[in-house]
Amino acid sequence: MLQLILEQTLNGLQFGLMLFLLAAGLTLVFGIMDCINLAHGSLYMVGAYFVAAATQAADSFWIGLGVGVAGAAVLGLVLELTLFRRLYQRDHLSQVLATFALILIANEAVRAIWGPAALLLNPPEALAGPVEIGGFFYPAYRLLIIAVGMAVALLLYLLVARSRVGMWVRAGAANREITESLGINVRALFTAVFVFGAALCALAGGLLGPLLAVQVGMGESVLILAFVVIIIGGIGSIRGALVGSLIVGTVDTLGRALLPTLLRALLPADAASTLGPALASILIYLLMAAILFFKPQGLFPARA
Amino acid sequence: MALYRAAPWQKPLSLALLLAALAVPTVLTALDQAFYIGFATRVLIFALAASSLNLVLGFGGMVSLGHAAFLGAGAYVAAICQQAGINEALIAFPLAMGVAGLFALVVGAVSLRTRGVYFIMITLAFAQMAYYLFVSARSWGGDDGLPLNGRMTLGGLPLASDDALFYAALLALVAAMALFGRLVDARFGRVLQAIRENETRMEALGYLVFRFRLVAFVLSGMGAGLAGALLANLTGLASPNLLQWTQSGTLLVMVIIGGVGYLYGGVVGAVVLLMLEEMLVGFTAHWHIVLGLLLLAVVLFAPRGVAALFGPTRGNDHG
Repeated sequence: MLQLILEQTLNGLQFGLMLFLLAAGLTLVFGIMDCINLAHGSLYMVGAYFVAAATQAADSFWIGLGVGVAGAAVLGLVLELTLFRRLYQRDHLSQVLATFALILIANEAVRAIWGPAALLLNPPEALAGPVEIGGFFYPAYRLLIIAVGMAVALLLYLLVARSRVGMWVRAGAANREITESLGINVRALFTAVFVFGAALCALAGGLLGPLLAVQVGMGESVLILAFVVIIIGGIGSIRGALVGSLIVGTVDTLGRALLPTLLRALLPADAASTLGPALASILIYLLMAAILFFKPQGLFPARA
Repeated sequence: MALYRAAPWQKPLSLALLLAALAVPTVLTALDQAFYIGFATRVLIFALAASSLNLVLGFGGMVSLGHAAFLGAGAYVAAICQQAGINEALIAFPLAMGVAGLFALVVGAVSLRTRGVYFIMITLAFAQMAYYLFVSARSWGGDDGLPLNGRMTLGGLPLASDDALFYAALLALVAAMALFGRLVDARFGRVLQAIRENETRMEALGYLVFRFRLVAFVLSGMGAGLAGALLANLTGLASPNLLQWTQSGTLLVMVIIGGVGYLYGGVVGAVVLLMLEEMLVGFTAHWHIVLGLLLLAVVLFAPRGVAALFGPTRGNDHG
């Protein structure tokens, strides 16, 4: 039992860190440019497809990952310059409609190019096996994801909280006009943030590819989770995104693994087998509703 | 946005369109295209659902991304009623509206404490909860949904024929539009729109802002619930797919294309979107791409919706 909890906690940490890669880009676009981007999940899906396709072509996971992430960054650049730039000043409804349209286009384009079947993406040979930590075995590849996630989280923190560019980004978020009049090119800054967010999406998609299936529609479910994360954390706050990701990742993973067992101890087997999975999948939404009820601006309001 | 005011030609036009709609089944049958009566019914049902959403979205300024939950709740109530032996729509439909309304009351009571983006997300969260509940409810069919054994009867008359269900859906839509039309013109609708424009001022004037919003939200949920019950009768299935968030998104898209805050915005949007789909499906297998591009074009070139292209139906005097 203890081993199960430990293993599931690690899984939750790994899932949470991947969510953070998505949520970080989303919360910046959302918080700084005040733009609802429902197509963020599509960038994740397209990124995963880029990585899978490049990996197959190059026969190397690492080259594939690099090429895929670069490809997604280029795609992000094109989207920002042609479409999103026009959306920043528009109301939320227009943004919802436009990015909903992007989801339709992305899903169908992927289906047209790579077909409806899921793509296979294998983890690198060297990391395919398990490693022993503290008396039990854990997949090496999942450990790598945790390491990469932590490294990116640290890098992002340094970038946003400690660097000059990060200071500009935060200033642009707080007050665009004043920042511009201080001679900072906010427009270019926004483009850079968007491209960076797209690259992080592809990184998450590529890393998760070997664990989950690379398929059409993979972006939607994860998009909702990323939104839950940034709402819990407070829109526009990187720190909130990190805390929110870890909360959602662990609560979701542990809930799915443990709730059915726990309920079986409390309820008759029949009721438990129905209620367990249901309760496990709505747990994070309950959590979000509860947090919003008590803290309507999320845990770390960016503009408090 | 100013207060909604119906254009002078709106009433005669809608009456003419209603007369035209009454003839649709006869005309389609005469043209040997009876297959499309089902499609026309679908359009009417989604027009009802989208118009219900428009009440809170357009007139109340509340962007709900969770209306699929009320649609789905209505559909499931209809299916469950039939399972319990109630095959009379006059009982099942009000029950569906009641349950959807009650659900909307709970969702609204929590969600309406938040504003803006947080409101969008919390309504979405509730809809997701409902979705997962129905997916894992094995006694109600779980993933596969709950099928209906044939259609219900309405006041003893069977809805089994496509014509009958079409007229039932038309009746529901007309009743709802008449109610919504009266409502937005009445004191309630004026207050609701004023709250959309300036919440603080209305609060200071002594209006119970929260209560007005909640009543609108519940009414909207009931409308969506009725649409769901009709939809279950049309498709013969209450499926969890009805509650997926993309369904909420589609309803939003319908209202936005049609025209947010125009009485007939939801109707126009449902007609335009579903007809586009139907046409594009026959045209190319990858019709989603074309639809997506068209939606982008709407955002960039007709930001106030299709209904707004046809003359001013909203008073734009600032006096």
